Formats: sequence, structure tokens, C-alpha cells
Amino acid sequence: MSEYKLEKDVKIDVAKILEDLEHYRPRRRGWTWREPVPHLEMGPFTYSDASKPLKDSVGLPPAHYFGDIDPQPIPVITTEIASGRFEDDIRRMRMAAHHGADHIMVIRTAGQSHFDGLIEGTPQGIGGVPVTRKQVRAQRKALDMIEDEVGRPINYHSYVSGVAGPDIAVMFAEEGVNGAHQDPQYNVIYRNINMVRSFVDACESKRIMAWADMAQIDGAHNANATARDAWKVMPELMVQHGINALISYKVGMKKENICLSTVPPTATPGPCIHMDLPYAVALRDLFKGYRMRAQMNTKYIEASTREATVTHVLNMVISKLTSADIQSTITPDEGRNVPWHIYNIEACDTAKQALIGMDGLMEMVELKKDGYLKEKARELKERAVLFLENMKELGGYFNSVEEGFFVDSGMFPERNGDGISRKIDGGIGVGTVFKRAKDYCAPVTAHYGYNNVAQYDPEAVSDPSKLIGGCTFECPDKIQYIDELDETDNVYLRMDEVKDYAGPNAKLIKPEMEWLADGTVMLTMFFPTDVRHAEAAALEVGKRMNLNDCEVINREIMQRAEGTRIEMKGKVGFSINMNDLVLPTVPDVLSDEELWDAIDKKPMRIVAGTIGDDEHSVGLREILNIKHGGIEKYGIECIYLGTSVPPEKLVQAAIETNADAMLASCIISHDDIHYKNIAKVDRIAREMGVRDKLMFVAGGTQVTDEGAREAGADVGFGRGSHGCHVATFLVKERARREQQNAR
Amino acid sequence: MKRTDDFETRREHLKDLSDAELESRFWNLIDEMIDPLLKLGYENTTPAIERSVLLRMGFSSIEAKSLVEGCMEHNLMEHGAGNVVYRFAKKHQTDIRTAGLKLIETDAWAEAESLFGGENA
Repeated sequence: MSEYKLEKDVKIDVAKILEDLEHYRPRRRGWTWREPVPHLEMGPFTYSDASKPLKDSVGLPPAHYFGDIDPQPIPVITTEIASGRFEDDIRRMRMAAHHGADHIMVIRTAGQSHFDGLIEGTPQGIGGVPVTRKQVRAQRKALDMIEDEVGRPINYHSYVSGVAGPDIAVMFAEEGVNGAHQDPQYNVIYRNINMVRSFVDACESKRIMAWADMAQIDGAHNANATARDAWKVMPELMVQHGINALISYKVGMKKENICLSTVPPTATPGPCIHMDLPYAVALRDLFKGYRMRAQMNTKYIEASTREATVTHVLNMVISKLTSADIQSTITPDEGRNVPWHIYNIEACDTAKQALIGMDGLMEMVELKKDGYLKEKARELKERAVLFLENMKELGGYFNSVEEGFFVDSGMFPERNGDGISRKIDGGIGVGTVFKRAKDYCAPVTAHYGYNNVAQYDPEAVSDPSKLIGGCTFECPDKIQYIDELDETDNVYLRMDEVKDYAGPNAKLIKPEMEWLADGTVMLTMFFPTDVRHAEAAALEVGKRMNLNDCEVINREIMQRAEGTRIEMKGKVGFSINMNDLVLPTVPDVLSDEELWDAIDKKPMRIVAGTIGDDEHSVGLREILNIKHGGIEKYGIECIYLGTSVPPEKLVQAAIETNADAMLASCIISHDDIHYKNIAKVDRIAREMGVRDKLMFVAGGTQVTDEGAREAGADVGFGRGSHGCHVATFLVKERARREQQNAR
Repeated sequence: MKRTDDFETRREHLKDLSDAELESRFWNLIDEMIDPLLKLGYENTTPAIERSVLLRMGFSSIEAKSLVEGCMEHNLMEHGAGNVVYRFAKKHQTDIRTAGLKLIETDAWAEAESLFGGENA
């Protein structure tokens, strides 16, 4: 096995992951839930509903206020990553894991469910990834390393469906895949695969998944996404969940591995919580002991990522008010393109942020046990029972599907006659179901149904693979690994095309949204005009910026005539050489102890104010105030003069108080007024003959160090500066001047 | 089929059930619904199931596909493709993998057929 290991600050080397895959063996099988930690203390807070923290992760943006904590909620968090190039997805998986995802779901390429067998090699996909043994093995191997890095097991997941369900289930069990979608109803309704074939295959697939201790997610959520009015299929959804759940249980899966894929069906501007909550309650009443995979609404997602995010947060309010064992996430850009890296990360952060933000909510509120909520939930359950009674009258599941019973847009028992109908003797794979003969035998582990092993060895009945000395489940060395089948479509060719951009030592870099070096950028613009003109203007902007393949991906009306918000994507045609980049120096910061020590040995006094006609005080107060970690904290005496301080007053105050330094804040920036005011302070101090003995610090959100020095200050501090930076400058500059004077 | 919402009349027999009774009615109906489906799974096999058996027996996906296609062409599916290879291996006293590959390479399907009687379960 290769010795390759991930290093914290070094990019993953996908080429190394692909090495020696033939000998890779998964380290474990089965699904892993998060470990809840009651009363978890992190930073200044105590959490009620948090799980074991990570070893390494990226916290939410404000985490630095609280000691860089990154509390993790209890539900497993899912992100779907499948850009068509699995090699690029590996990098995205690492980023997602660092943002809190521990369930990575790979969507399959278009058409894979109709492929009769396993796909091998690493062809490129469309709208997903061709799921193959090599691709699975590479990603599972990478995730092994990534999970060590973040310190939490990562569940890897794809689909056991289509006409090759059992084949895929075996490959997944062999390769350490931890979870899968499996639901024969999905095959029947959405993929038009013959229904008898689908159910017969499903029994085998589920038995294999049970052996591998995989978590199963059903396909019911697709009815939400397909039905004309998503909320009207609620009774049917419970029936679909019930059919798949009970088959799975009877085939041998444990209940805690059977997850219902449930989506709050409605979205704003509908009163969605009012409609979705009774359904969530009804479902959890009916399916005690099973797990809930809470998916986010996709049916009503539009191109606005903000709107999608709010919908998804509302979905998580439902999760929190009821329960979610797996909180799935939908990328907020799903309404406009195949998800981009940054939106997978946004979706993970949205889930983490919302769930942690609602930590302990249910200690304070409870759902009402009477009134509308209870009555509505009861009504939905009754409608589900009526649905089943009607199916029974029709002669069972197959007849009901023929009758077009499913995904009808009426709220059952209402029916609109627009359901999806399939024929029992139709669909893909019809006529491929064979009655097992009396001597039928399958000498392998995890086989469902009639199996005449006794004809060969009565002692092997409870362990059929004993007949062949163990199957691949017991002897993984028996697995036949196929590397590549297509010389013209494989990962090595794709990686070769972008090799200058790849790996830890890449020389070149390009902006990227989806695939390495895709060059894609997004521009957000506002045009003071109507939608049609705004869109045309945006495309013209793209053209003049030399962007290729420009496409407007979102348009929102501010007011029909006054303006339009546009988001546009395009591609840059150039690369940047990493060696040509000039990096600004990293500000050096003395430790708190060094600063305290320096001021303790020799006190320091400063005068400070917001200069010019500027009433802003927040920034400067943060730099000064002990409460915000400002320079007072180190014992520096601060004389705060207030806002709108004239430059001459700042200099005068410094003279009168015998200060060591002047701090001038200038936030508002138009016509370079901030630099003009800095220059004025400098000039007055020179005129009064005190400039040499006074240090002069300028700061503000629009101020740059370079600009401030040019205008006459000794230093400039811009956005993101803190008290420690300013204090470090003052202490070091004072020492430098003392040294200079001593010479 | 079209039908207006007759929930209020249809639910007459449900409305007085307790929640627990309603829920158990739901699960009993689900059970009735899936029973014949599980039976189908118990008594039947498919190309995908047989390929999955062969994968577990140590064949590649390509080999498994070829063996199952051979079994379908020669009406051997009812015995199980794994079973066909197993009997063929016993007959030739070789390991499973060698037997399966030999069956494909030598096109020995007639011989495979002769190993089975074909009596129904």
C-alpha cells in the first residue's frame, strides 16, 4: 500500500490517491452516526444538542469571536457531490468534510439506472458520476484519509437502483460504501423499470445491504419533486415509505438503518411550516423506530441562492421541531446549474449554522398536543390508511400502479387522473424474471430467498458460501478489479489536460467553480433598468471584460423600472502563474504577554479620534476598547476625543497630554477625503514641530497601509485590523525610534 | 380516474379509532400489500441477481455478464448461474473461477445443460 498521507496545509494529490488502487481494502463497513456529547462546553458556551467536536475544521465566519469554536450538531449532515469528474469531487469532499459534512452522496450519471451491469473504469459523467468500482474505491480511499484529518468517520453513499441493483449492492458491500438509496418504487415510477423485476431485485439488494450494515434511504421524496402540487401527495408518501420500510425490515435490515427520505413538501410564499409540520408529525408518529433523513425542498427552488437558503433554514426548523437523524442539504445553486464547490460548502454551513443556532430549542418549546396540529396530522394518517384500503380493493400494489394511483395531483381520496401508470408486463427488463427451480442454488453470503444448499452440503445451509470456500464478502482477495476499459475516456486523460494546475505543486492557477481550471467566475451586478435591458447589459459587460461563455444565471427585479440584480457566469481565458503573484506581507503580531510586558516596563499614552466630518466610532472603539480586545487591554492609556475631530485638535491634544502617538480613524471614503485628512494631520504636526516625537497611526475600512504612509502617516490599518496589530506597531515603532535616537 | 375529495364520507369507519388503532391498521395493510412482493422475491431470480451471485463468487462484472447471458440463452437461469458454475467446477474438479472462465471460453453450454434436470421448485 502506498505511504501517501494528507498534510494539513497541502492540497490533496489526486494522482497519489489513484496509485495502487488495486490493493486498496476498505477499513470498515457500515454506517456511523455522530456521538452526542451532553452539555458540551466549547468556548464560552454550553450546548444541549451537540456531538463530538472535530479535530480540524473550518468554523462559521464569526467563530473567531468565540475562540474559533466549531460546534457540531447531532444529525449526520449530507452533501451531494457529483460534478461529472470524480477526481475533482475528491477535493470538494475534503472541503465539505472540513465544513461539517459526514455523509457524502454521489449522484449517478444520467442513464446509469438503465445500464444492465456494472460500469467500469472512469468515464466522465453528465449530471452525475458514472459509479464504478474504481471511482468508488478512489473516493473511499480519499475519504479514509479525510476522516482521519477531521477526526470523524465519513459515510460514503450512492444508489442501489436501476436494472443492476444487486450488482451494485455487491460492489458497494465489497468496497465499504456506507449508505445507499434503495427503493424499488423509484425504479417503477420514475425509471419505468418493470415492476416485478424491480421488487425481485430489491429483495436481493436489501439483503446485501443489510449484510454490509449499510444505511438505506428510500425514494419517496421524488414524489414531492414530481407531483404538480407537492403537498398533495402527503398521504401517498406515507404509503411509499411504509412499503419500502417494511420490505427492508422483513428482508433483514435493522430498523435503525432504514431511513425515510422526507422533505417538507411546501415552500414560501406558501405558509410552509403550517402545512409541513403536521405532515412531519404524522410521519414520525407512524414510523417509530425508523430513522428520518430530512431532505430539503428542491421542488420550488429558483435561481436565487438567498431564497433557497431561507427555504432550507425553514426546512431545518421542521427538523428541529420534530426530529432528523440525517440532515441532508441541497446546494442553493441547484436551481441554476450543477452544483458548484462553494455552494456545497454554503449548504453544509447553512445546516450547521441553523441546527447549532437552534441548540436546546426543545427544552423551551413543545408542540401542541391538541388543536390544528394534532387534527391535521391525524387527517393525513387517515388519508394514508384510505389510500392503502383503496389499493387493497384494486387487488394490491401492481394493480394500483397500473391504475395510475401514484403521484396523482389530488390529495387522496381526491384523484385527478394524472398519476404515473406502469404496466405489470411492461417497462425495461420485462420478461427477465425467472422462477427458481427446486435445485436452484446460489453458493454465496447474503442471498435472499429460496436457496437449495442442502443438496450439496446440509451443513452449509446457514453459510452457503462454505460451498466455495467463502465468497468475496469473506475473502476480499477474490474480488476482480478492473482498472480502465476505455482508452479515450478516463481519468488519466482528463487529468493530463489540466496537469499544470493539479496537485500540491501546481504552477498555474485559474478561478474554479466545478472542475479544475474551468476558469468560471460569477459576477453580481446591479443595473438601474428593467430585466431585459439589464440582462443584455450584463452580457455586454462580460464581453468587454473578455469573459467567454457568459450566461445570466439569476435575475431579480428590484423595481420594474428602477433596477435589476443580475448574476452572470463566464469563463476567463487566462491562467495566473503562482510564481508571479506578489503577496502582501503577513502582519507580525506580538503575543499578549510581550505587549503587556512592554507597556508595563514603559507606559504609553495615545490620543485618538475619528477625524474630519465623520460620525463613525465603531471601528476606532474596537481598536481602543478593552471590551473588544483593543489596545487598552495591554495597559496603553487612551484618550478618546470622539468623532468629527478636526485634524488640528488631534495634534493639539497630543501635545497637551504629552502623548506618544496619535490614532486617526477615517472611515467614510469619497473623493479620497480620508487621505487628505491624514495628510493634514501630518502637515500640522510638522508645522508645530512635533511630528518626529509623535507616532501617527491611521486606520479605517477603506485605508490601506500603502495609501496611509503615502499620505503622511507612519502606518495604515485597514479592514480586519485588531487592537493587537495596532499595539504591536506602537511597541515596535517606539523601540525602533528609541534605538535610532540612541545612535 | 377522477374523484372529488370524499374524505369525510370515506373516513366514517376510521374516525372513532384511537391513534394506536389507526397506526396498527396502517401497518397491517402495508404488511398485506408487501407479502406477495416478498414472495415474488423469494421464488424468483433475475439477471442482476445472478450477476451479483457471480460477482460474489469472484468473477468480474464482464465475466458475470457473459455467464448470465449464456445461462439465459440455454434456459439455465432457473437453477441459478452460480449453481451452473458450481456444478461445472465439481464436474471438472477445478476451482470456481477456472470453471467459469472455461465455460465461457470453450462455450461448453451444452455440457452445462446436461448437468441439470430442470424440475420446478
